[in-house]
Amino acid sequence: MKIDILKHELVPHHEILSEEEVEKLLKTYNIKKEQLPRIRIDDPVAKAINAKEGDVIKIIRKSPTAGISVAYRVVSKEII
Amino acid sequence: MITASKKEIDKIVFGLLSPEKIRKMSATRIITPDTYDEDGFPIEMGLMDTRLGVIEPGLRCKTCGQRVKDCPGHFGHIELAMPVIHVGFAKTIYAILKSTCRGCGKLLLDEKELERLRKLYKKAVERGENTSYFVKEVVKLANKVSHCPHCGREKLPIEYDKPTTYREAGHKMTPSEIREWLEKVSEEVGDDLLLLDINPEVARPEWMVLTVLPVPPVTTRPSITLETGERSEDDLTHKLVDIIRINQRLQENRDAGAPQLIVEDLWELLQYHVTTYFDNQTSGIPPARHRSGRALKTLAQRLKGKEGRFRSNLSGKRVNFSARTVISPDPNISINEVGVPIDVAKELTVPIRVTPYNLEEMKEMVRRGPNPKPPAGVVYIPGVNYIIRPDGRRIKVTEENAENVAERLEVGSVVERQLQDGDIVLFNRQPSLHRMSMMAHKVRVLPYKTFRLNLAVCPPYNADFDGDEMNMHVLQTEEARAEAEILMKVQEHILSPRFGGAIIGAIHDHISGCFLLTYKNKEFSKDDAIRMLAAAGYMGEVKEKMTGKEIFSKILPEGINLEYKAKACIGCPTCVKEKCEYDAYVIIKDGQLISGVIDEKSIGAFKGEIIEYITRRYGNSAARDFIDRVTKLGIAAIMVIGFTTGIDDEDIPEEAVLQINEQLEKAKKKIQDLIKAYEEGELEQIPGRSLEETLEMEIMRVTGRARDQTGEIASKHLGMDNSAVIMARSGARGSMLNLSQMAGCVGQQAVRGERIHRGYRNRTLPHFKKGDLGAEAKGFVSSSYKKGLTPTEYFFHSMGGREGLVDTAVRTSRSGYMQRRLVNALENVKLEEDGSVRATTGEVIQFVYGEDGVDPMRSIRGKAVDVDMIIKEVENE
Repeated sequence: MKIDILKHELVPHHEILSEEEVEKLLKTYNIKKEQLPRIRIDDPVAKAINAKEGDVIKIIRKSPTAGISVAYRVVSKEII
Repeated sequence: MITASKKEIDKIVFGLLSPEKIRKMSATRIITPDTYDEDGFPIEMGLMDTRLGVIEPGLRCKTCGQRVKDCPGHFGHIELAMPVIHVGFAKTIYAILKSTCRGCGKLLLDEKELERLRKLYKKAVERGENTSYFVKEVVKLANKVSHCPHCGREKLPIEYDKPTTYREAGHKMTPSEIREWLEKVSEEVGDDLLLLDINPEVARPEWMVLTVLPVPPVTTRPSITLETGERSEDDLTHKLVDIIRINQRLQENRDAGAPQLIVEDLWELLQYHVTTYFDNQTSGIPPARHRSGRALKTLAQRLKGKEGRFRSNLSGKRVNFSARTVISPDPNISINEVGVPIDVAKELTVPIRVTPYNLEEMKEMVRRGPNPKPPAGVVYIPGVNYIIRPDGRRIKVTEENAENVAERLEVGSVVERQLQDGDIVLFNRQPSLHRMSMMAHKVRVLPYKTFRLNLAVCPPYNADFDGDEMNMHVLQTEEARAEAEILMKVQEHILSPRFGGAIIGAIHDHISGCFLLTYKNKEFSKDDAIRMLAAAGYMGEVKEKMTGKEIFSKILPEGINLEYKAKACIGCPTCVKEKCEYDAYVIIKDGQLISGVIDEKSIGAFKGEIIEYITRRYGNSAARDFIDRVTKLGIAAIMVIGFTTGIDDEDIPEEAVLQINEQLEKAKKKIQDLIKAYEEGELEQIPGRSLEETLEMEIMRVTGRARDQTGEIASKHLGMDNSAVIMARSGARGSMLNLSQMAGCVGQQAVRGERIHRGYRNRTLPHFKKGDLGAEAKGFVSSSYKKGLTPTEYFFHSMGGREGLVDTAVRTSRSGYMQRRLVNALENVKLEEDGSVRATTGEVIQFVYGEDGVDPMRSIRGKAVDVDMIIKEVENE
């Protein structure tokens, strides 16, 4: 039996950003892709949503301070 | 002037010094262990040879021809008679010996495996990954091999004895053998040394076995001349003397063809000295000691640890324009001020640039000299210690030349004026755990010898006056002063960035005073009211008779509205608000205190609701003003009303004592019953606990309840007319638990959360029977502090108390280290203008600070908005 980890309540919502969205994100923060926080390519969620190296993942979490918080991570092969 | 260099460091390469390089950079070979001749002149080719630099004024360095200050010092070298292992590389040598063949010097890996590792290594380098773990991999693989895959020689097991002994199949290898082996390795292995984390371009393995020892310049190990004229050498010099002596003896013995045994002994001794020369705390060997028995401070000791070069000299430096002395309280100065002793003020200076606009004023000030006589009625006026002329010359102002210097003072000079009232200084108390440990204060020059500070700023500094000392730093530039005034002044720190509440506020007597003033609407005569309000700086009118709440309302800002529960609130199930029988529901309407008593919750440090509200609503200056006034009012009130406490505050009537004894007897009886039930096996077991644990838990519950009950009985007889109770209820000092322990009973003593059980076999003390599980035998203290403890009770109490002491000692050291690690990890993280948190490299740590972008200092106890407060405010309008 295989469990869909994306449905687990402790796993926040992940989605892969489109190229335009990535462009926009990098522009708003005025950064390069390498300056984003990273997520490993073999991260269970990254595998579950079929992320490829270099993709940017948007993570929407519940936050005790802000209610909902958004974070972005770039998929990376490197050991962090 | 030093101009900023535009060069940027691209990379740093660390390598090993080769013997050739050591010889090449050496100014001279050192052969004699003696330092100075009879005339006190450095001996040639000795450890203090003038070619290694000079430390005595007057002499010239033979290498560079410069004098003491300009000569940087030069290295020398010692030719070792026999090679020795460098301890710093002992582990690396072990790894090489384990992974290479003694016969052919090649890596003990077959070509296929080698090729695989090479590829992996190349990839890792391309990705910029750490390559140091390849060593482990190579050693692991080589370990599996029994014969060399290249020459077929049998691989013998290598053992390593700390710190510098290696054995091949039980036979001890000499450093010479090891060096030969390593030479072979560097020739055969070549670029594959990278897999062993060695860069063959800058480090050849055989250089890890020393044949030549560099001798550091004399400037790194200066000798000091004692008052008696005797010379005392640096620890490093002592160590080098040892090395040269043994080296000489080894050479002589070997050349004379002494028996192998003697040579080997000397060789080992040389190894010991060279090892301790590098690190005198090498595990496995005794540290080299001075004649007095003190361990020598050698190279590693100079760098390592808290007192080492890094933490003590590079990360932390000493500063000028600072002062340190004992602190004492002064309730009459503002929280923004600090009282500075005259002696300190005369020593510390502020630089003032002379301009056409202040020329005359400055001339007048310089004319006063360094020791001006204050005019009648004034205790202090600032003088001038130095002036700096436009050409950079520094002139000390003395009483004799003051007139002269003043006349010749010109625009562009700098006058170093002594401190005066209103100067901005930084004030600090260690340990500086948070930013409130260093705040800016305005100077008040006062007589006597201590720094004075307002009692309300004790909590952020965590200061008291049992001998605490604090440091003061005088700011030297206009920018620094402006920054300190805007960001660091005490009033800017009334709200804590930790939880958004006040951390500066009233303490102790301020709270008792305000409590007495406002409790149950006492009435005061005009005389008393004037006395109190004048102290608080109130200027308006005073009625014939005033209630305490009316008096307190006079120092509240106009139009303030607040509603909250006081500290005295006991948390009734349904709150009756203003009709509270304890007067614990505070209502402030339109600047008037309508109901409720003012206690810790209103004005106290860490809790003060009123202070918090004023700071947010009316600003820092208003809050500072309120704190200054409320503390003065509190003290005035406590002086008018009168307040004292003593041990007789814990006196309780005879009947209460009887009641308490009765309760204690009952509890002991109950414990006996529990024990009986346990022994007869009738005790009902708590799920998940053993029978013994169940018994212990039940007993702990009984003893805990017994203490609470005695406390209740005691506090029933201690009313609000009791000073100790007033202090406890208002939150000024002490708690009801403290009181019940003094008046009722101290209660169960515990070590590690259990009743006391350690000591003799099956019992805690020889006063009890073996296996006694009763209350007294296991650390229940039924006496009160006032009555006094029995000897056995006293002993158990000491056990419990000791645990508390040990806990605090352990906690402080552990949390200190934790904080150090956190600071080191987070020191380059900062908040950017766009609200994101980033490292200095620009990497994003958080996209929005704290996920909600709220500055906790400006939040309301962590929340961005206080909805209830806004609703109430709207309702009021």
